[in-house]
Amino acid sequence: MSLDIRPLFVARRTYRHRRMADAARLLPILGAGLFLLPLLWRSGETPDAPGLSTVAVMIYLFAAWIFLAGVAGVISRRLPETEDESPRDPET
Amino acid sequence: MPTLNIMILVALLYVALLFAVAFAADRAAAMGRGRWLRSPWVYTLSLSIYCTAWTYYGAVGFAARSGLEYVTIYLGPTLVMIGWWWTLRKMVRVGRSQRITSIADLISSRFGKSNALAVFVTLVALLATTPYIALQLQSVTLSVAAFADADPTRDTAINQQSTAFWVAAGMALFAILFGTRNLDANERHHGIVMAIAVEAVVKLFALLAVGVFVVWGLSGGVTETLARIDKSAISHFEVSGGRWVGLTLLSAAAFLCLPRMFQVMVVENEEERHLRTASWAFPAYLMLMSLFVVPIAAVGLDLSPEGANPDLFVLTLPLMGGQEGLAILSFLGGFSSATSMVIVAAIAVSTMVSNHVVMPVWLWLTGGAAVMSGDVRLVAMRARRIAIAITLFLGYLYFQLSGGGAALAAIGLIAFVGVAQFLPPLLGGLFWRGGNRKGALAGLSVGFAIWLYCLFLPSFGASFLMPQSLLENGPFGLAWLRPQALFAPATMDPVVHAFLWSVSFNTLAFVVVSIFSFPKPVERLQGAQFVNVFDHSNPTAGWTGGLVQSEDLLIMTQRIMGAQEAQALFAAAAQEQGIAGYLPEPTPDFLVTLERALAGSVGAATAHAMIGQIVGGASVSVQDLLAVADETAQIMEYSSQLEAKTREQERTARQLRQVNEKLTQISVQKDAFLSQISHELRTPMTSIRAFSEILRDTDGLSAKEQDKYASIIHDEAIRLTRLLDDLLDLSVLENAQVMLNPQQGTLETVIDRALISSGLSEMAVKIIRRREQEAFVLHTDLDRLSQVFINLMSNAAKYCSAAQPALDIRARQEADHLIVDFIDNGAGIPADQQGTIFEKFSRVSDTKAGGAGLGLAICREIMTRLGGSITYLPGQQGAAFRVIIPRALAGHAAAAAH
Repeated sequence: MSLDIRPLFVARRTYRHRRMADAARLLPILGAGLFLLPLLWRSGETPDAPGLSTVAVMIYLFAAWIFLAGVAGVISRRLPETEDESPRDPET
Repeated sequence: MPTLNIMILVALLYVALLFAVAFAADRAAAMGRGRWLRSPWVYTLSLSIYCTAWTYYGAVGFAARSGLEYVTIYLGPTLVMIGWWWTLRKMVRVGRSQRITSIADLISSRFGKSNALAVFVTLVALLATTPYIALQLQSVTLSVAAFADADPTRDTAINQQSTAFWVAAGMALFAILFGTRNLDANERHHGIVMAIAVEAVVKLFALLAVGVFVVWGLSGGVTETLARIDKSAISHFEVSGGRWVGLTLLSAAAFLCLPRMFQVMVVENEEERHLRTASWAFPAYLMLMSLFVVPIAAVGLDLSPEGANPDLFVLTLPLMGGQEGLAILSFLGGFSSATSMVIVAAIAVSTMVSNHVVMPVWLWLTGGAAVMSGDVRLVAMRARRIAIAITLFLGYLYFQLSGGGAALAAIGLIAFVGVAQFLPPLLGGLFWRGGNRKGALAGLSVGFAIWLYCLFLPSFGASFLMPQSLLENGPFGLAWLRPQALFAPATMDPVVHAFLWSVSFNTLAFVVVSIFSFPKPVERLQGAQFVNVFDHSNPTAGWTGGLVQSEDLLIMTQRIMGAQEAQALFAAAAQEQGIAGYLPEPTPDFLVTLERALAGSVGAATAHAMIGQIVGGASVSVQDLLAVADETAQIMEYSSQLEAKTREQERTARQLRQVNEKLTQISVQKDAFLSQISHELRTPMTSIRAFSEILRDTDGLSAKEQDKYASIIHDEAIRLTRLLDDLLDLSVLENAQVMLNPQQGTLETVIDRALISSGLSEMAVKIIRRREQEAFVLHTDLDRLSQVFINLMSNAAKYCSAAQPALDIRARQEADHLIVDFIDNGAGIPADQQGTIFEKFSRVSDTKAGGAGLGLAICREIMTRLGGSITYLPGQQGAAFRVIIPRALAGHAAAAAH
């Protein structure tokens, strides 16, 4: 389409904003990993001795939840106020 | 204790409070005071309509049955919210820049503003909302029944069906009062949103209060509660991996696709930056909502009698503990969850129904006739109210059909899978420009059909629509087509099964049909605008004017506002733009003004839909776009013609400039020539005058002297005559007025004649000739040719500086011409003068002034006339001239062939 005249390297501030946008993109992937993790812990269970207690998983899940909400809060505060300088989506 | 009556009284007071809050918020917004209404916290809290009564009551029941699995219903939305940068940001930006009114609007708008698609999405949304409404009815009914059971003053059991009916009727009234009493610009309902925010606080507070009561009141502390969980039936984490992943994905999909979520998330969104706060605050809210679910379930299982409905533990535990106040608060929490969901869902669905089904049909039916009509507003309102009533009635019907006994969560999940069908066209539309209308329709149809077949119809149990034999053996005995076990012999969870197959085939159909079909221009335009929304949009984009014709707009506006008002509005706008008459330019500003004016009559959504879809969008936009494309093509063609003309004119101008330069040059030459000529003429005239004066005025001149002076005068006169002859000759030659006199003869005779005429043979110049080379027959003007030769010969005699002057005349024959070289043995002509010797009045040196310097100029003119040339031939012993003579004059070639 049009000529891409965006610079190859950007100022420190813009650089930070872009990395924050990267973090915002990656956070749900981290979250999915954290939320799926308990499934892996079930591997050793047998009908006689079901391994994992609900309480343990519950504490883990809520800890992960609070952690994700906190990180999301930090990221949303550090993201640029105007999003015009945010990089385009990679596929466009 | 008259608990039931108190509860009903409190509930009514609560409803009144909500009404007051909504009313106050609407008033504040209307008066422009409601800054706090636009807080990101209100936005975040309004998202909590995701947590319905199902969540409120059902999560505990879910947990009591399957342990931690209930949490997947919250994990999906959490992931969507913290991943807002991917999807929600784009959805909100598109929703704002395209003024989207519903998810049906978004999908239809993306795929070429297709009304068919909008109707289809509306129908699916209606069908998927139905079970959800049923769910809310059931929860309220059950909670009322729970209170009735706990009330010792009542002796008769409460009729659940009639409760459900009256609750449905009450909610319909509620939704109609709240949802259609005020239509603000851009389809925002400040009152509703504020009421929802209050309800969100109430339900969170109520659930947390019950949780605190259960943990610290009933169990005696955190440690004891955890110990109780360890001892309960749900002590172990025994979820199926498929359900864990499947339900997380399903809830994430539903969070994006539910019509009511779309309503609060995109349509009611005030500012994009509110998403930032919601991105972490809403996950925190969800976390708090689910924090006490497992403890309540475990304690409830422990304390309740065998066979108690775990869905109602939130209510029954406080009642058992004698905390009636807390029980009523808990009921209010559940009631809030149910009402907020029903209100928003009904508004969302009724907006879709009225914008995409009723209004187009109504305008189509009355389009030709109704020029003046004030009842459009009424039609829109009525359509919406009826749609709300129908939606709730369908919910009630579903509640009755399904028997009301199924677990709450199951009904919710059926609805989730239904709306999840929007996910492929939604995400495909936002991120893939290749997706098109046919693909979206195909995908939605396939997904919808599978949903109906695999989940929705079987959810009623065995019925006439889906007999038991079909459920067990598949259609026509084909086991691999069993509704709840497609392609899979192993039993799979029905919800995950239906979700997997419906969304997979939906996506597949969407992608394949999109790839192999070609979109219309509008679809491609919208596709580019949606997918690249961050490249070319600002957050508050208005209408893009130009496509809509003013006249069409006027016709439509007259139809809605009445002729006089519409004309006044248009005339005022035209005057503002400085245009006479009634048709202003459809600038974005004017379109926004017009939309607001229309909104005053028919409500913002309908006005928007009318400009955007009925007139400016769905039907007209395609034609307009094509017309614009045609126009553009014409303009391009015209401009290329212009360009060609411009180029031609440039060429002409260049030629004119060249001619002008030449003329200027010639004028300069003419001036130079005139000054030269006057100089040349004056020299002999001066001497003639001087000597004739001497002869006249001087007495006593000797005869010898007289003779001498007279002969000088005579010589000068001859010289003058010769000069004038030459000038005349040159002038005649240059003006192409010369008449050539073609003759036939040999080169030898011409040279002989020239030698005699030039008198060269009498001088001491040695002539070197090779007569055998000169035997060519020429057919040309021999007199003129010999004139050239004479000139060259006399030049050699005059200027040759050698002691023994000699002139070498060489002739040879080329293909169709003769070459004659005249080479003397003198010093030759200096290189810097070789270029100018053929110019008029150019003389190699002034010292031996024999002529006026016209000879070679005349020679060149003659040779040009004869079709040949004369050039200076450098690099010989002395001065050398090459004369090239064609064998025949042009037009006399035939004669030369003889």
